[in-house]
Amino acid sequence: MDPIQTLIKDLADIHGRKRESLLPIMQGVVEREKYLSELSMIEIAREMDIPAADVYGTATFYSFLETKSTGKYTIRVCKTITCAMKGKNQVLFAIQDMLKIKLGETTPDHLFTLLETNCLGWCHKAPAMLINDDVYTELTPEKVREILSVYLKQNGSNGNGYH
Amino acid sequence: MANSHQLKRVDFIFRNENDWEKVLSNTIKKTPQDLINELISSELKGRGGAGFPTGLKWKLTAEAESDEKYVICNADEGEPGTFKDREILSRVPYKVFTAMAICGYITGAREGYIYLRGEYKFLKEELEKVLDEFDYYCNEIKLDFKIRVFMGSGAYICGEETALMESMEGKRGEPRNKPPFPTQSGYRGKPTVINNVETLVHTFTIFKYGAKKFYDLGVQYSRGTKLFSVSGDTPKPGIYELELGMSLQDFVYEFGDGDTKAVQVGGASGFLVPRKKFKDAAIGFKGKLTGISLPTGGSMMLFNSSRSMFNVLDNYLEFFREESCGQCTPCRVGCQQLLLGIKAVKRGDKPAAYLDKLLRLTETMQYTAKCGLGQSVANSFSSIVENFREEMIY
Ligand SMILES: Cc1cc2nc3c(=O)[nH]c(=O)nc-3n(C[C@H](O)[C@H](O)[C@H](O)COP(=O)(O)O)c2cc1C
Ligand code: SF4
Ligand code: FES
Repeated sequence: MDPIQTLIKDLADIHGRKRESLLPIMQGVVEREKYLSELSMIEIAREMDIPAADVYGTATFYSFLETKSTGKYTIRVCKTITCAMKGKNQVLFAIQDMLKIKLGETTPDHLFTLLETNCLGWCHKAPAMLINDDVYTELTPEKVREILSVYLKQNGSNGNGYH
Repeated sequence: MANSHQLKRVDFIFRNENDWEKVLSNTIKKTPQDLINELISSELKGRGGAGFPTGLKWKLTAEAESDEKYVICNADEGEPGTFKDREILSRVPYKVFTAMAICGYITGAREGYIYLRGEYKFLKEELEKVLDEFDYYCNEIKLDFKIRVFMGSGAYICGEETALMESMEGKRGEPRNKPPFPTQSGYRGKPTVINNVETLVHTFTIFKYGAKKFYDLGVQYSRGTKLFSVSGDTPKPGIYELELGMSLQDFVYEFGDGDTKAVQVGGASGFLVPRKKFKDAAIGFKGKLTGISLPTGGSMMLFNSSRSMFNVLDNYLEFFREESCGQCTPCRVGCQQLLLGIKAVKRGDKPAAYLDKLLRLTETMQYTAKCGLGQSVANSFSSIVENFREEMIY
């Protein structure tokens, strides 16, 4: 069996095959695969016996359920008011400059995807961002460069590949 | 400083109460009827923003006929400027669980859910660890109540109670028509109590210390304390528990940076209060004192004179445009047009009088939008445009 099929079957065994299980199953796929491919959505529909259009329709409603290929790490920088006032743009420029990608793009090595998001619930420590599920607060351009360097190092990259 | 009273710091919510087991076992020795009466007499109102009387909500659900009922803790906390519920769940989660179990006992629900926003996923593991302990104790005292964590996936609208239930049912988070209200037909069409995280903690306080202790704090119509999430131009951003009913003037004395131009009360869906109105504004639910009363989920964002109110409104409108579920036309198209509209006025492509047209549009949205998101855009829009009109134009 295809590894995606196995994953989806396992998730359905854990969460059930009722409609209420759809979000946990999709979240489980995103946790492992980073996004919901067409294939996984069709497979979820088959496993749960619901129309694939319903799976797609539901998935596209939620900003954390990506339906496009994304990098291993999704960076979500908060752009809501307090973060915007406290220097979010400088942080964003620092990331763009270091990774050589624009908003919405993924690095060629598929390590990082850069996105903006709405209030993360850390306004008292603005600006804030998420890298996958991990929270980083009180960001400055220097701090964000350090954080990204650690990710690069962990993945055996020095970032020189980004032009 | 006319008609103001001192800001009072209180410490109930984060107080460490190691005796939650005793609170739970003692409370469920009382009859559901007595507990409901206790809750009603505390005059606790929901802390999620809408301010519905909590005792009445539990009573209606208790009275609804069904052998399947649910208790949901709303931990979607997406309103810009709010971060208190995260702090509660990381510091005193057992209070929330205890309150949910008591609610289950009162209403006849045997299942509870915590709808946790995707942005707070880092909390899930720890919550489930505490839940294991909690389950163990419920078994010991033979209380049939099971709590699970349900993760959201990044959608502000899922904080709206019926959208949240749609989301839990595996669907797009599109708000339902009300009525029927969740107390009659909620999750899976069954009677459901849904409460904000903080509301539940207040019920813990009430069941432990009695309604009077809670009622004696605050002012008429706005009893008890409230957590405030303070951010923006302030030397001390953070989370503070304060007695309800304080004047905004006192709040600004305490938290302002000496140059406060305006305060946004209640997040992007709340109101912007300019400096000249601080002394007339009180924080609490409707019907209190004189002047303006500002209900709030606890978001307090301060702006000093270096901030452009145009940029603030622009940021809010972009937020609403993105987070509108798109289900109803007044909100979907309205949010887009408001954003385009203020930009056109700023650029000079539209005359200043166009702002009045936009104000009428927000009024229409207030009456015709299906849920609180579209209905409340008028709050910040009109309070900013009316008080800072020049900044919108020049
Ligand atoms: C757009 C929108 C977003 C909301 N977001 C939240 C939220 O994140 N947390 C919350 O507790 N209530 C939120 N609410 C209010 C809920 O619909 C509901 O009134 C509340 O959970 C009831 O709990 P309470 O009575 O304890 O306040 C939101 C309402 C609207 C219209
Ligand atoms: S008011 Fe906005 S968020 Fe609410 S149902 Fe209509 S489109 Fe959706
Ligand atoms: S505005 Fe960025 S975390 Fe709230």
